[in-house]
Amino acid sequence: MVLGSLLGALVVVACTLFLHPPAWFPSAITLAGQQYDRQFLLTLWVSALIFLIAHLFLISLTLPFRRKVLHPRFEFVWTFIAVLLFSGLALTGTRIWAGVRTDPIPPGAVRVEVLAHQFAWSFRSPGPDGKFGRTALKYVNDPAGNPFGVDPSDPAGRDDVTTATLTVPAGRDIILMLRSRDVIHDFFVRELRLKQDAVPGMDIPYRFRADIPGIYEIACSELCGLGHSQMRSTLAVVREAVR
Amino acid sequence: MLFARNHRTIGLQYFFLSLGSVVLGLVLSLLMRFHLVHPESTLPGVGDIPPELYLAFLTMHGTLMVFFVLTLAPQAAFGNLFLTAQLGTEEMAFPILNMLSFWTTALSLAIMVLAFFATGGGPLSGWTAYPPLSAAGGVAGPGQGAGQTLWLIAIAVFCLATLMSAINFITTTIELRAPGMSLMRMPLTCWNWFITAILSLLAFSVLLPSVLLLLADRLAGTSFFLPSGLLIADQALPNQGGSPLLWEHLFWFFGHPEVYIAILPGMAVVSHVIATFSRRPVFGYRAMVYAALSIGFLGLLVWGHHMFISGINPYSAIAFSVLTLIIAVPSSIKTLNWIATAWGGELRLTTSMLFALGFVSLFITGGLSGLFLGQPVLDQYFHDTTFVVAHFHIIMGVAAIFGIFAATFYWFPLMFGRMLNERLGKLHFYLTFIGAYAIFLPMHFTGFAGNPRRYADLTSFQFLAPLLPIHVWMTDAAYLTAAVQVLFLVNLFWSMKRGAPAVRNPWQATTLEWAQGPVGVVYRGPCDYGVTGTAKDYLMQHEAEPCPKP
Repeated sequence: MVLGSLLGALVVVACTLFLHPPAWFPSAITLAGQQYDRQFLLTLWVSALIFLIAHLFLISLTLPFRRKVLHPRFEFVWTFIAVLLFSGLALTGTRIWAGVRTDPIPPGAVRVEVLAHQFAWSFRSPGPDGKFGRTALKYVNDPAGNPFGVDPSDPAGRDDVTTATLTVPAGRDIILMLRSRDVIHDFFVRELRLKQDAVPGMDIPYRFRADIPGIYEIACSELCGLGHSQMRSTLAVVREAVR
Repeated sequence: MLFARNHRTIGLQYFFLSLGSVVLGLVLSLLMRFHLVHPESTLPGVGDIPPELYLAFLTMHGTLMVFFVLTLAPQAAFGNLFLTAQLGTEEMAFPILNMLSFWTTALSLAIMVLAFFATGGGPLSGWTAYPPLSAAGGVAGPGQGAGQTLWLIAIAVFCLATLMSAINFITTTIELRAPGMSLMRMPLTCWNWFITAILSLLAFSVLLPSVLLLLADRLAGTSFFLPSGLLIADQALPNQGGSPLLWEHLFWFFGHPEVYIAILPGMAVVSHVIATFSRRPVFGYRAMVYAALSIGFLGLLVWGHHMFISGINPYSAIAFSVLTLIIAVPSSIKTLNWIATAWGGELRLTTSMLFALGFVSLFITGGLSGLFLGQPVLDQYFHDTTFVVAHFHIIMGVAAIFGIFAATFYWFPLMFGRMLNERLGKLHFYLTFIGAYAIFLPMHFTGFAGNPRRYADLTSFQFLAPLLPIHVWMTDAAYLTAAVQVLFLVNLFWSMKRGAPAVRNPWQATTLEWAQGPVGVVYRGPCDYGVTGTAKDYLMQHEAEPCPKP
């Protein structure tokens, strides 16, 4: 009886948390983020339903009435339902993933390089000429504001803009090129519903189009050493000046 | 006695080694919870908890729990204690190897504890030890010097121990079954120890060379996992051409099967405990065997779902995702069969049965959060948040521990000839069940809010501040749940000496470890409960004919 009441209490608490969550996502600022939220809610409903039904079964086990022995056919029915549900989720989820990760990069996208290093973020834009200057390890100089190691002799690099926070125009496609120069870090902005590791030795693209202006926090999400929990920067999404 | 070759003694040695490790791991988790909600407070005897110490706690907690508790207790401890008895044989295939594997494990634990106290600090790169952080050496920060090296050596030694143990389990199961004990008559526990041993053999034989390569990167100047162009703490590293992703692939090729190594034995214990205390045969015995086999097989093919956002090809993420969601099918078959076994039976709610039913509840909850993480698109947000922490603690941590509790209460009469106290046991179950959910249900929600895991403090980000009350709640729940475990320790040590003496087969179970005297020939499968026409409602596996009614 105690077990039954405990399981009952668990179901009540879970339902309450489901209806009145103590913490939640911030609103999404991208179209992909809204698709994300729909897929999340779909998965949440499916799993909440399974949770509820399974626990009602568990509770009824503790109740004092006679239950008929289940027919083995039940197993096939349940397996069939499970396959249907899980492959349905896999399909709808994969469509959104493919849209974000495998669609060709649209022309005219704004390019920004992102460099992660213990324990800060640096961002580089190509400046008016639209070209990134050459970089080399030997030119890296953090105190002098050159974390990327832009070669001073390369004219393409003279107008490159290096910043410690990221500012992007609203409503434009943005391609970030993620890099790290020491250990693995991870670029995470909650409002974009996106997360991507920055791995030393790799250039990893990260694409988004933010529609809602505002300032959002960038958090490192891969353990990178003692300063991991302080590796913060901000993403500012700004309306482009009317030209 | 100390270097015993007897598998029962070795099983008990493993049991107490895990018990010590789980207490250590639990204390470390409390220190972490304390620091998260009181970042400024000092600890008596320790002083300040700087971030590197917090991360060392975290690394050591994960390592102790995954390797020295969840790998050892379900498989090495209970497997050694009861595999041979359940198969109807006297000895493990290789008694000396068995003794060696225990002492190699103990050596590994000693090195691991040493790593924590190494000069330069304990290792802090987590139980996953991703390079370059774990490979670059002391230059990458505190704890990455001698501490990390010792950690890797300890894991390498642990791999050797587990490989020896796995070979022993596999050979014993294949070669030494009693006459008549066909594979399809084996108790599900034997099946899952067998499958787990095969998984251990495959997984740890990949982890061992990987760890050696990482050690070579640290000590011999090789570049397996270190790419060119590294600049750490203003120091350029000479390495060329290695790949951090290579480590992630190798590690998770071990790491994912490891999850099943931790949980498969517990699943089987739960099956038999539910059958015994419902007086019903295991529902779909064959389906359970095939489900365990397919979980084991698929478990080897899904390591990539730990790497959806690591920079792997997005198309391979889709393949890993589909394979991952396929595992949900045999898992849900198992869940259905547990419930179906009890359905229609007359439940005897012993402590062991309570823990088994609690396991089923946790397995459902933890399995369902897997539906989110198995989809790469959703994982883009949840990866490395506390949602993941809640997921694996429920399904791999607490559920597996519930399996261990169920096994301890079930087999205690055979381990010490006495019974555990049921009243104390039930109280312990109720409070632990409430406590586990009180800690880990809210943790899903901090994950929804995007709270990254492995953060030593919650003070640097604006979005983390509103989550503090939830963290305070989880910390308080953790204190209480940990305190409740004292009930179990008291029960365990008191009952070992003073518990009520056990009769031969107190639960009226059918499997051979409960048989009186030598077994002889096996005549039937492991779940003949609810037999009619005899004096008792069950038939043990070595009983040829139903006993006539008196």
